[in-house]
Amino acid sequence: MPASVDNATVRTSESPRLRPLARIRDIWSFREILVNLIRKELKVKYTKSVLGAAWSMLNPLFYLAVFSFVMKVLGRGIPDFPVYLLSGVIAWNFFSGSLTLATRSIIDNTSLVKKVYFPKEILPLAAVGTSLVDFLLQYGVLVLYMIVTGYHFLGWNTLLFVPATVALMVVTVAISLWVAAVNVTYRDVQHLLNLLLLAWFWLTPIVYPGAMLQTYLSAHEGMGIKLFYLYFLNPMGGIVIGFQRALYAVVAPLDATGTPVPVLPDLSLSTLWMILGLVVLFGLVLLFFCWRVFFNRSGDFAEEL
Amino acid sequence: MSVPAVEIDHIEKRFRRYKQKPTTLKARMTRRGIEAEEFLALSDVSYKILPGSTLGLIGPNGSGKTTLLKIIAGILRPSEGSVVTRGRIAALLELGAGFHQELTGRENVYLNASILGLSKKNTDAVFDDIVAFAELEDFIDTQVKFYSSGMFVRLGFAVAVHVDPEILLIDEVLAVGDVGFQQKCLERINSFKDEGRTIILVTHVVDQVRQICTEAMMLTKGVVHASGSADDVVREYRRLLLQKDVSYAMQQETKAVEVTSVQLLTTDGSAAKEIRPGEGLKIMVDVEAHANVADPVVSLALHDQHNVYMYGWSTADSGVDLGSVSGKRRLLFELGALPYTSGKYWLTVAVTSEDHSVVYDLQEQRYTFDVPAQSDNPPVAYIPTTVTVEAL
Repeated sequence: MPASVDNATVRTSESPRLRPLARIRDIWSFREILVNLIRKELKVKYTKSVLGAAWSMLNPLFYLAVFSFVMKVLGRGIPDFPVYLLSGVIAWNFFSGSLTLATRSIIDNTSLVKKVYFPKEILPLAAVGTSLVDFLLQYGVLVLYMIVTGYHFLGWNTLLFVPATVALMVVTVAISLWVAAVNVTYRDVQHLLNLLLLAWFWLTPIVYPGAMLQTYLSAHEGMGIKLFYLYFLNPMGGIVIGFQRALYAVVAPLDATGTPVPVLPDLSLSTLWMILGLVVLFGLVLLFFCWRVFFNRSGDFAEEL
Repeated sequence: MSVPAVEIDHIEKRFRRYKQKPTTLKARMTRRGIEAEEFLALSDVSYKILPGSTLGLIGPNGSGKTTLLKIIAGILRPSEGSVVTRGRIAALLELGAGFHQELTGRENVYLNASILGLSKKNTDAVFDDIVAFAELEDFIDTQVKFYSSGMFVRLGFAVAVHVDPEILLIDEVLAVGDVGFQQKCLERINSFKDEGRTIILVTHVVDQVRQICTEAMMLTKGVVHASGSADDVVREYRRLLLQKDVSYAMQQETKAVEVTSVQLLTTDGSAAKEIRPGEGLKIMVDVEAHANVADPVVSLALHDQHNVYMYGWSTADSGVDLGSVSGKRRLLFELGALPYTSGKYWLTVAVTSEDHSVVYDLQEQRYTFDVPAQSDNPPVAYIPTTVTVEAL
């Protein structure tokens, strides 16, 4: 006789409607699968390449090489450009990488979805988790580089890394759930997403200085509000500026001749905290709606695939 | 009464059905006006399965039996109602579920076992058994994309049966694989059954249900048509199939002549539940004609547990002419020494017209008796044999 019923795992089928807290408990009890899937993703990603995990580092360095060249051609000097670019682009790459992986996460795991039970949220979460590993590695190496080169960034501003990361996670998870679910029915999402991410990348001050954006948008008004404040409706704008302030630190560094160059938007730390707080709030609301879409569709994934 | 291992409570499952699935936004936009029709795959299904019982799910194609199994497995979510399962579940829906081509056999075993609910520590403990069972010692560190399909299937099966499930769900897997593999499957299922685990089996082969299952549920169009003992449900399933199959008879079950009772008796006249090889069997059939029926024929048929037709006889074979029948008749078929050994047998009784064009009444495999095994290796037939010795 196998293990008696008393200590056996009792499971009730998923309720037809989303109950967030109960669902989080469900997902938590399947955390081992999540870890295994992330491990599998990483292995698959690097297992057939000669350089392996080094690609995780080469990717941002490649961005750096290309955009350094572009900035030279444009003649727009940003002091310490590598730090400026990398402090934003690593966060962006986490965001776009998660979304790209998440879009295909359900259809790439058809055999799992059709054959075994687990909360399907695990799949897009594994996509986010895989990108998170790169994210942590890359920021780790960047900080190391900054310490070695003697770049001064430590201060109250560094604390912004925390709310910026929280906001980034919430927004990324929310949109990842949505694209993963909708892509099962409409494969257009994966194509559309690439175009959208390209536009979104350039709408966010990653390569060019945020100060330029501020100067340009502050000159205009929409509905009586300065356009620059409306700009923060782009959640990635606030998040990236937060990361830049945390690591690049200086709003207007001095160039070689000793004149200050405005690089980061001129915002106080408290304003940035408020913006990031609002992004987190907005992200949580977004998360709830995206999650509900995902949950309602996930009950029939096995049939739709 | 113990707590059910699986408790199905008023399950309903609706699907959206499109004539052609729109998989792009454009397709979706252009069919804007056409609403997807709702399709009711399961409606108000309730059942309790006690630990240690073996349930067979049968029914025609599209009756919802696989959908029900998937809901029990948790792969599909019920639209209404709930399923409570008590115990670790392993679903043999498709072997090698979740194997990833780029990973080695070893890595896939760990991934797959964790998906089936086994912790890393527990997987470590059974890992060698899994590899030995799959006979893949030399290939376990090879990427599975280099495996043959046979190796793939063996590894998938090995993992599924080593996760120590208390509830095993099986969907038609007995129909795939070579004969040797099918045999391995069946042996494993039987040992699971002996260990008191709960098994739910979806199959088209109803004889498997009678062999393996203690109870059965028959679904038609998403509704429970019959449930209960495997024998009863299988009989009902046959009856339903037969209504379609015996279309050669111009009129079916007109009930002009009805079988009112059938009794199986031993030679001394007591009710026969068990017949030992070589014993005789009396079959007493009472019929009643509701109208004046000319020359009806009463036939018997015996089937074994594999549904092999073993023996048949009729009043016409004996040259017995019932003549014009009205009212009740009692017929006694006396079978001499039964030559069969060990197994379960089913008796079919039918009343037809002389040329078989009209079936008045048909009781398909409704009566049953056992022949107990006399040895560990029972033969197919029993032949009365005497041995004499004389000195030369």
